[in-house]
Amino acid sequence: MRLAEVARGVRWYVRGVMGEDAYDKYLEHARGQHEGAQVMTEREFWRDRTDRQDANPEGRCC
Amino acid sequence: MSNTSTSAHTEDPKHPPVAVDPDIIEANDRRWTPLKIAVWVVIALLGGLSWVMLAVVRGETVNAIWFVFAAVCTYFIGYRFYSKYIEKHLLKPDDRRATPAEYKADGKDFAATDRRVLYGHHFAAIAGAGPLVGPVLAAQMGYLPGTIWIIVGVVLAGAVQDYLVMFFSMRRGGRSLGQMARDELGRVGGTAAIVATLTIMVIIVAILALVVVNALAESPWGVFSVSMTIPIALFMGCYLRFFRPGKVTEVSIIGFVLLLAAIIGGGAVADTEWGVALFTIDKVPLAIGIIVYGFIAAILPVWLLLAPRDYLSTFMKIGTILMLALAIVVVRPEIFAPAVSEFASTGAGPVVSGTLFPFLFVTIACGALSGFHALIASGTTPKLIEKERQTRFIGYGGMLMESFVAIMALVAALSIDRGIYFAMNASAAATGGTIEGAVAFVNGLGLSGVNLTPEMLSQTAADVGEETIVSRTGGAPTLAVGLAHIMQQLIGGSGLMAFWYHFAIMFEALFILTAVDAGTRVARFMLQDTIGNVIPKFKNTSWRVGAWIATAIMVAAWGAILLMGVTDPLGGINTLFPLFGIANQLLAAIALAVCMAIIAKRGYFRFLWIVALPLAFAAVVTISASFLKIFSPVPAIGYFAQNAAFRQALADGETSFGTAPTVEAMNAVVRNTLVQGVLSILFVTLAIIVIVTAVLATIRAARRGSNESSEDPFVESRIFAPAGLVATPPEKELQAQWDALPTPPKRGGHG
Repeated sequence: MRLAEVARGVRWYVRGVMGEDAYDKYLEHARGQHEGAQVMTEREFWRDRTDRQDANPEGRCC
Repeated sequence: MSNTSTSAHTEDPKHPPVAVDPDIIEANDRRWTPLKIAVWVVIALLGGLSWVMLAVVRGETVNAIWFVFAAVCTYFIGYRFYSKYIEKHLLKPDDRRATPAEYKADGKDFAATDRRVLYGHHFAAIAGAGPLVGPVLAAQMGYLPGTIWIIVGVVLAGAVQDYLVMFFSMRRGGRSLGQMARDELGRVGGTAAIVATLTIMVIIVAILALVVVNALAESPWGVFSVSMTIPIALFMGCYLRFFRPGKVTEVSIIGFVLLLAAIIGGGAVADTEWGVALFTIDKVPLAIGIIVYGFIAAILPVWLLLAPRDYLSTFMKIGTILMLALAIVVVRPEIFAPAVSEFASTGAGPVVSGTLFPFLFVTIACGALSGFHALIASGTTPKLIEKERQTRFIGYGGMLMESFVAIMALVAALSIDRGIYFAMNASAAATGGTIEGAVAFVNGLGLSGVNLTPEMLSQTAADVGEETIVSRTGGAPTLAVGLAHIMQQLIGGSGLMAFWYHFAIMFEALFILTAVDAGTRVARFMLQDTIGNVIPKFKNTSWRVGAWIATAIMVAAWGAILLMGVTDPLGGINTLFPLFGIANQLLAAIALAVCMAIIAKRGYFRFLWIVALPLAFAAVVTISASFLKIFSPVPAIGYFAQNAAFRQALADGETSFGTAPTVEAMNAVVRNTLVQGVLSILFVTLAIIVIVTAVLATIRAARRGSNESSEDPFVESRIFAPAGLVATPPEKELQAQWDALPTPPKRGGHG
């Protein structure tokens, strides 16, 4: 029981730091918006994400 | 009790308070229970003892564990007391105020992120090759100066800069440093800041690429395993795009396993005749390869190469750093280097020339104070912060972690034999690139306790699976030897040393290649924006031809400097690295100058010293280092002095001079020193313009007694989250009220 909790915590943290939970966060946000608004599918969301990075590059540190 | 809010703004009655009452926070901070007192007394005593062991007790050796304790205890004290002081008096965060992640929430760029996750995120974004390389090069001055600067510098300067920039950017909807500079300093200062950022980016990319070239030249194993990262990343990109979108951790684990296979496979390939023939590449073709790669990588779509490599490098970064920390604590290597070496005062060090002041402070750029962080701390991270008070943990605390990485790099570099250290880091111009030459040169330095033998060099090279380790400058190979030396004591023994060495090389090359790609992209956008003022068509960043032209210009700019470093008859790293450090510290001075102007406009003059102190130090260090590079009559230090000496020699009809064996090489020195000197003049001029405009803005604000602000307007927050790593008792109490709500509140979004 205790171990399962730790494992869940580790999974949550790794997903967060790697950015894997981005779609979940987007869905949570989109569901709270007006009814009938376009919600991207998972595949569309990740494509949109990298396409936006193409248009807005971020530096990495030296 | 936390219901009795003193808020001037009406609380929404439908949910519990969104912030702990400031009086309660204050009372909690001031309540010193016996346990709390005992803990802080222990931290202070342990930290003090560690500093005594490092600075006062002079034995034959000093144990690495004292570096760890001195660093960690000082960080705790700096974080608990100094950053809190800055928070209380200077920044005054207000958790009743919504952050951009809340009021601009779009579920994509602006998304409230858990503070602990964001800490990991931000750390992964700021940590790169810089804090690993600089301390290694500075180790030639002994262990103490570098250690003091890394630890004290971060507490008083580096972490302060990151914290302030992040906070101010957050209050301005996540605006970038360049935009804030324009807003606060006006057109002249703002333009100078943007031009400085662009040129600094070019020099930083060039010198990082030089570090990779130096690490991979004549190393078939390294070339094979690092070049395998390209197909691995392409595979990961396609996997994420077409097969399993969003399975980031899964693909990173697959990529990591492939990476390990590439490292192990590299060893096997380097043992074969064809492998040696195919993957042994000289510096110049290798540099051209990286230039071509840089161009292609920067025009390929992000999903194909950059995004997957980013995931891989985040994974490697956090994993390796945790592993190294564990290894240092478990293995506790002994350090044989002196506290302060003769090179600190003579300035004749073979690794990077120049005396302790100012060159130590430009050599260890990242890790103590890194201007580049200001670009990260304004931009991505502020758009993800959940609550204002979390900026102290993420901004200030994140930088403390980076400093700790620098301390570990320093320890790793110091744990190897000093003779080997100098043989690896003296330029080929000094050692001739041969074992005999290196032994003669290092033993001729007259360092006490250093007695290098040819066997030591050939044995170490054989241990790490390299042909030679002589004159492998740039810091990365030295760090890799140090890391391998420490890691093999933890896992695998000497049989695994070659694996760990190439693991470390791979780890650094991965960050650097990502930084090269991303840096080229950012620079391309900045250039297109600038050209767009003259030829409007260039403003459209999705116009292919324009994008390619701008990318080609930026690649040509850093590529030219890279080639110059690679072919430099004087060595390369030793002449160019100071430019890297100066550029990074000048960017820090620019960021701090912008922060000072903002604080002055807010009217907080009593606490202006918090930012004026690091700004003054960074300005003095970088301007004096630049002036020495420009005006020093000593050829080893002054670019123009070197230039004049070589021109004189050519005019006298000499056919070889110093370390340049031919007239062609002498001409190369004349050309290189001229370029380096002109770049120094450009940097220092731009930085002085920015600093002067910031000081003028500060004085104007003081005269007017102004209280103006360029912040976004106040928006009421509707969410609550604790500020630090661990919730305080009042925060827990408030959290319980939120948890008791029948429907959990949305994280962000006022739609």
